[in-house]
Amino acid sequence: MTDQVVDHPPPKGGKARWLTGGRLFWLILLAITWAASTWSFALYKALDARWIVRFPKAYQIPVDDWLSDFTKWLVEDLSFGWFTFRDITRFIASLIEAPYDLVRSLLLDGFAQGQGQQAVEIVPALSWIAIIFVFVALAKYARGWKLAALVGTCFAYLAIFGQWASAMVTLASVLIAVPIGAIGGLLLGIAAYRSVRVERLMRPVLDLMQTVPVFAYLVPILVLFGFGPVAALIATVIYAMPPMVRNTTVALQSVPEQLIEAGKMMGCKRRQLMWKVMVPAALPSIMVGVNQVIMLTLNMVIIASMIGAGGLGYDVLTSLRRLDIGGGVEAGFAIVVMAIALDRLSQAFAERQLRPQPDKSLPLPKRYPWVTATIVVVVCATLASLFIPFFRVYPIEQALTTGTIWESTIAWININFFDAIDAVKTFLLTWLLLPVKQFFGGIPWPVGIVVTGLAAGRAGGWRLGLLAAAMMTFIAATGLWNKAMITIYLTSVAVLLASVIGIPLGIWAGQNARANSVIGAIIDTLQTLPSFVYLIPVIMLFRVGDFSALIAIVLYALAPAVRYAAHGIRSIDPELIEVGKVAGCTNWQLLRRIKLPLAAPSLLLGLNQTIMLALSMLVITALVGTRDLGQEVYIALTKANVGKGIVAGLGVAFLAIIADRVVNALARQSRERLGLE
Amino acid sequence: MSRNVMLDCSNVWKLYGPQADAFLTAHNGAPSDADLAKAKMIGAVRGADVQIQDGEIFVIMGLSGSGKSTLVRCLSRLVEPSAGAINFEGQDLLTISETDLIEIRRKKMGMVFQHFALLPHLTVLQNVAFPLDVQGVDRTTREARAHEMIETVGLKGREDYYPRQLSGGQQQRVGIARSLVTEPDLWFLDEPFSALDPLIRREMQDEFLRLQSMLKKTIVFITHDFDEAIRLADRIAVMKDGRIEQTATPEELMTNPATPYVAEFTRHVNRSKVVKLRSIAVPVDPDATYAGDLPARMTVAEAMEQIDAAAHPFKVVEADGEVIGAVDAQTAISVMIGRSTK
Repeated sequence: MTDQVVDHPPPKGGKARWLTGGRLFWLILLAITWAASTWSFALYKALDARWIVRFPKAYQIPVDDWLSDFTKWLVEDLSFGWFTFRDITRFIASLIEAPYDLVRSLLLDGFAQGQGQQAVEIVPALSWIAIIFVFVALAKYARGWKLAALVGTCFAYLAIFGQWASAMVTLASVLIAVPIGAIGGLLLGIAAYRSVRVERLMRPVLDLMQTVPVFAYLVPILVLFGFGPVAALIATVIYAMPPMVRNTTVALQSVPEQLIEAGKMMGCKRRQLMWKVMVPAALPSIMVGVNQVIMLTLNMVIIASMIGAGGLGYDVLTSLRRLDIGGGVEAGFAIVVMAIALDRLSQAFAERQLRPQPDKSLPLPKRYPWVTATIVVVVCATLASLFIPFFRVYPIEQALTTGTIWESTIAWININFFDAIDAVKTFLLTWLLLPVKQFFGGIPWPVGIVVTGLAAGRAGGWRLGLLAAAMMTFIAATGLWNKAMITIYLTSVAVLLASVIGIPLGIWAGQNARANSVIGAIIDTLQTLPSFVYLIPVIMLFRVGDFSALIAIVLYALAPAVRYAAHGIRSIDPELIEVGKVAGCTNWQLLRRIKLPLAAPSLLLGLNQTIMLALSMLVITALVGTRDLGQEVYIALTKANVGKGIVAGLGVAFLAIIADRVVNALARQSRERLGLE
Repeated sequence: MSRNVMLDCSNVWKLYGPQADAFLTAHNGAPSDADLAKAKMIGAVRGADVQIQDGEIFVIMGLSGSGKSTLVRCLSRLVEPSAGAINFEGQDLLTISETDLIEIRRKKMGMVFQHFALLPHLTVLQNVAFPLDVQGVDRTTREARAHEMIETVGLKGREDYYPRQLSGGQQQRVGIARSLVTEPDLWFLDEPFSALDPLIRREMQDEFLRLQSMLKKTIVFITHDFDEAIRLADRIAVMKDGRIEQTATPEELMTNPATPYVAEFTRHVNRSKVVKLRSIAVPVDPDATYAGDLPARMTVAEAMEQIDAAAHPFKVVEADGEVIGAVDAQTAISVMIGRSTK
């Protein structure tokens, strides 16, 4: 690695001192790219060589057709003798459908016998009062009264604002997807921990699963499992499981070595060591993974409704399509409320301190007063719902609605601030978005491939360079070059803005406790919101187009920039800051000379996360009319074109992988320079 | 005083690096420092020979990085040695099956860890009962045993506490109780008191000696603290860079250090705290008057006050009543101030 560390030749005669060999390389690379971008069209005209700006059609590789044909073969022709591939997918579907129906009946529909109109209800669904009480009791058990009040308010909101039925459909899918995702992730994580080979096999799959946009695998799932809640659940589980796998592996790896040795010395067998020593000891960290599964499941709620999940997500999606501002905000807010309640609840379980065991001499009801109370309330309220309608569903006529308020607010803002908003929009479009778009859009594909390869190679060695060049070639050869460039343009502008806003905020938060508590709370809330929700207000204020997409992406991708900057500043050795103070640095010098250089690796990691989030959000913004790879995936979804969806999805994933590896390599270099590694 | 050897380890090697086994064979099982450096291997344990006898406290002493922790992990096979033989009660520990190894660990070995290694999700009672739980002992029996053990280590009344609610010293008492609940014959203690404050450490050393006087286990005790080693040990092995420099009783180490490295340790230790009356006794003069008897295993420092207060020398008596000699104030003071005797 030593050959890549930027070398500092002695300055010659005092001029051009900043122009070191390393900087010169990047400058020349940028200049070449810029020149190629600016004159590519002229060059094509002068030489009459259209291949410079467009990848020749004759050489395009029809990967998408191959994939579509393969899927068709899977679904229609593949047979294992006694059963077909179709039978397998049907079997999996039924495995998931049964528990889902059960939970849904319990929460909302009730258990009925018979079909359609003749159906006779045998057992009613749980009363809404009972469900709220169960969650309040859980919150009290996990943390205390404050959390119980918060969770109670959140669920009461769902009832009072008339979102109950949709919310219960969503809750049912969460209650099915989360256990599958958590337990599956736990088992895979354990397998990866135990066997290096499994881990090596799983890592690229996980990488891809986290970088391929969700839309891309919605298409094959749709084709394999059909439109409906089961397909939505499967997509949700695939989306929510990877972090659980990673988290479990890391949690197991960080179990203290001595604890494992103690387990061995006490004569634990392999299985006992895992389930009696390691998993319980790692449980707090594993629960953090469960929390992530819950949040990602809720994040998927709206996207999953595109392939058949009902509930709140479907409400938001239909409202967005109808441009029904009030309905969209209300349903979106209901998702947020539910996300906050479930997030805080699962966090409380993760951080829960063990408490002394109850006195065993007491009778059962007194020993477990909350369990007893919950059972009593659930039974009474549900029995009462048989006779009194109020207990069954919250009366619609008493439900509140805020829809009109939102609509008039938006209308008011649009009337009064239209000029101001429009001025900002125009300014950014003219001076930032359009020039960047022209720059990236103009890069001819052969130059793009070479430059990407060179840049990646400079940052992380020739292997990375070759990998990056190969991935870019794939994008060009599948005819996606122009859309990929639009993706890069939107991502880079969004990342730039998110960094310009986020890093100073993070630095401020890192140095000031009060700023940290306020900024931290805002960032936490922003991260709890499902990515889709960001689109709602943005569309209303800025209408469809690149600019709306940009705002949504910046908001969504802001959090890591802030977090990592704050973390980087905070984790600097206090002695080094004292050194600066003793040497008489002003605050500004302290920041520029000591804090920023030392926080650089952390800032780069934040940049990495910001890019990843921006790319994942970018795909969703295809709904508001961007013309990038995301739109390609979205079109494939609406046409159920498996090949096209996967290829475009891979395109996005490749861009993400290149960015990830390059930034990580840069971060590693800067850590090495600081002697942190 | 010949005793049975319970654990016999001969020529044990543990190397870290690529293809350690092949490397060892290539160098006839005894690579030199230069060989190791050339192959970028780390020799954590190099050719260690240790015989641990029934009922003794055997201390392995060395500074950090000397390989003492790796050696004790080889002895308990937590770490697989690169070469050598380890014989435990007639069985070759390195070749027995996984099942037999688990059985030996369950019934015959106990281990205490530097950082306590208590299970954070279990109470004190459940932690102490855990080794029995793993063996499938029923709840009533194992909890009764655990209660007994907790009382022995002086933690009665804290059974339902969780580890994080206890102080470091108390946590290590739980660790000790847990390692003894299966009544092992061989008891490993890996720097058990190093993570504790000096005052608590002293208290725990006394507690350890009290327990040992009751239980009479065979003990392998790891420490980096030379004072702790001479205070507790019957025999000490001093390690440096993976090699055992010398194995001897504390007194022999003091009086006869084998290498300059060992001598460096002993130089600053007050000899009167190590030298026992047995070693400085002079022949009894049948005509002289004696103030009384003193046990032969007493150290000079412990006996000093009595010797100083009496007008006459004392007779030195072994545990079985045999008189082996006498000490007078003159000799005792010579040891005390470090003047060479005789």
